[in-house]
Amino acid sequence: MTEKLSVNMIACDGHGVCAELVPELVRLDEWGYPILAPSPVPPHLAKHARRAVTLCPKLALTLKTS
Amino acid sequence: MSAPQLTSYDGRPRLLAGWAATNRPAGLAEHANANGPLPLGAAPQLAAIATAAGLRGRGGAWFPTGRKLTAVAEYGSRAGSAYVVVNGVESEPAAGKDKLLLRAVPHLVLDGAELAALAVGAREITVAVHRGTGLAAVLAAAIAERAGQRWGSGLTITVAEPPRWYVSSESTAVANFVGGGPGKPRDESAYRYGVKGKPTLVSNAETLAHLALIARHGPEWFRQAGTPETPGTALFTVGGAVHRRAVYELPVGATGNDILRMAGGPAEPLQAVLLGGYGGSWLAAGATSLPFTPEALRPLNASPGAGVLLALPAGACGLAETVRVASWMAAQNARQCGPCFNGLPAIADDLARITWGRDHLAVNRLRHRLGIVDGRGACGHPDGVVRLVATALTVFADDIGRHLAGHWCAGLARQPLLPVPPPTDPSEGWR
Repeated sequence: MTEKLSVNMIACDGHGVCAELVPELVRLDEWGYPILAPSPVPPHLAKHARRAVTLCPKLALTLKTS
Repeated sequence: MSAPQLTSYDGRPRLLAGWAATNRPAGLAEHANANGPLPLGAAPQLAAIATAAGLRGRGGAWFPTGRKLTAVAEYGSRAGSAYVVVNGVESEPAAGKDKLLLRAVPHLVLDGAELAALAVGAREITVAVHRGTGLAAVLAAAIAERAGQRWGSGLTITVAEPPRWYVSSESTAVANFVGGGPGKPRDESAYRYGVKGKPTLVSNAETLAHLALIARHGPEWFRQAGTPETPGTALFTVGGAVHRRAVYELPVGATGNDILRMAGGPAEPLQAVLLGGYGGSWLAAGATSLPFTPEALRPLNASPGAGVLLALPAGACGLAETVRVASWMAAQNARQCGPCFNGLPAIADDLARITWGRDHLAVNRLRHRLGIVDGRGACGHPDGVVRLVATALTVFADDIGRHLAGHWCAGLARQPLLPVPPPTDPSEGWR
C-alpha cells in the first residue's frame, strides 16, 4: 500500500505551505499553486508529508492510499 | 483502427429518423407509433445491455455507459438513494445536436432517462437544458404529456436551466446546480456525490436516446452500425466552410470526409478542421480521410468529443481563430482552480502575442504553460483549452513562423469564422 499527495484545487488558495514543508514532493507554479510529484511518498518523507497535510490552511491537501 | 462495419445497417438515421421524414418534433403518439412501448422490463438488465451494445457516452468523453450505470447503481445502493440528470445543456457555442435532439424527439431522451433511473435505483430525474433556448418549455410539455397519458414509470421528472457559462455543462457542475448549488464544477465525481449528495448518473441526452432504442431493439441491432470498439450512430454538428451547416447522424467510423460530404462538402478548399468542440483538437485537412472515432484519432491527440466539426478554409487564419476561441474559453472558467483561472488567460495571451505581437519569447513560454496547466483543474476545462492551443501550434506551425516574422495571414481580412458568443455578462451569475 502506497500513499500519494493529492490536492483539491478548488479549495487550494495557493498559500504554498506544502511546498515549504515538503519541497521534495511539491513545487509551485508561477501563480503559487502546488504541482505535486506523481510518485508515491517515500518512507523517509512520510512524516513531512503528513505535516503538510495537517498544516494546509485550506485543508486542501490530502494523502490518498492506493 | 477499424473499418466501419455497415453490413446490415441500412444507413438511415436512428435518433433523427422521424425528424428527417417530417421535420417536425415528435409528440408522444408519434413517438409510440415509431418506437413502440417503453420496455420497462429491460431496466434491471440495462447496464449489461448497454455493455453488450458497446454504448459509449456522446457528451464528449465516450466513456462506456454500462460501466457508468453499474458504478452509480453500486454507490446508490450503498447510499440508499440515487439521482439521474439528463445533460442536455450543450454549452459548446458551435454545437447544436443535443438541442435538436431534445426538440425533435424529447420522448426518446426521456425514455432513456427513465430506464436509466430504474436501473440505478433513482426516484427522481432532472433534465438540464440550455438556458434561454425555449427547451425548458418543450421538455415541460413533453413531461406533462407523458403524465397525462400514463406513459413510463411514473418517476418524477423536472427541468432545470443551468447558467450559460461553458463550465456549467460539466457533469459535476450540472449536478451541483440541480442540487441547488452554483453551476460550478466540484472536486468529487457525481457518481459518488451528485445532486444533494446522492450518487448521480449524469448522462448526455444523445446517450440516453441511444439507450432507449437499445432497450427496445437489443445490442446486436445497435452494433449493426458503427465500429466494434464504438458501435452505433452519432450526431455531428457540422459548421464552418461547408455548404449546409447542420446536425447530421452518421455511423461511428465515418471519416471526416464522409461527415463533410453529408454537409454538402467544403464550400472552399480546407486547411484544417476543429473537432470535438472548443476544448477539442485542430486536425490538418489531410486527417479528414481518417475514421473520426476515438480510437483512430487518439494518436493525433484528438477525439470526436461532443461531435462538433468545424471546417477551416485555406484562406482563413487558424491562429487568429484560435486566439478568439481560447480567449473566450479562458473567460469561461469558474474562478475556482488557480491553475485554470490564472493559466488560461496567460495561455490565451501568449498565443495572442505570437499571433499579433511578433513576441518570439512567447513561444517557449506558451509551451511551458501548456505543460504546467494540463490536468491541474478539478474538471477538464483547462485540459480542453490546452488541447485546443497545443494542436493549433502543431497544425498551424508554418503560420507561427510567418506571423513572428511579421507576415500575417491574408485570411485576417476575412470575417472571423468560428462562432464566439459575446463575453458572458457577470449578471448571468452561477445560479
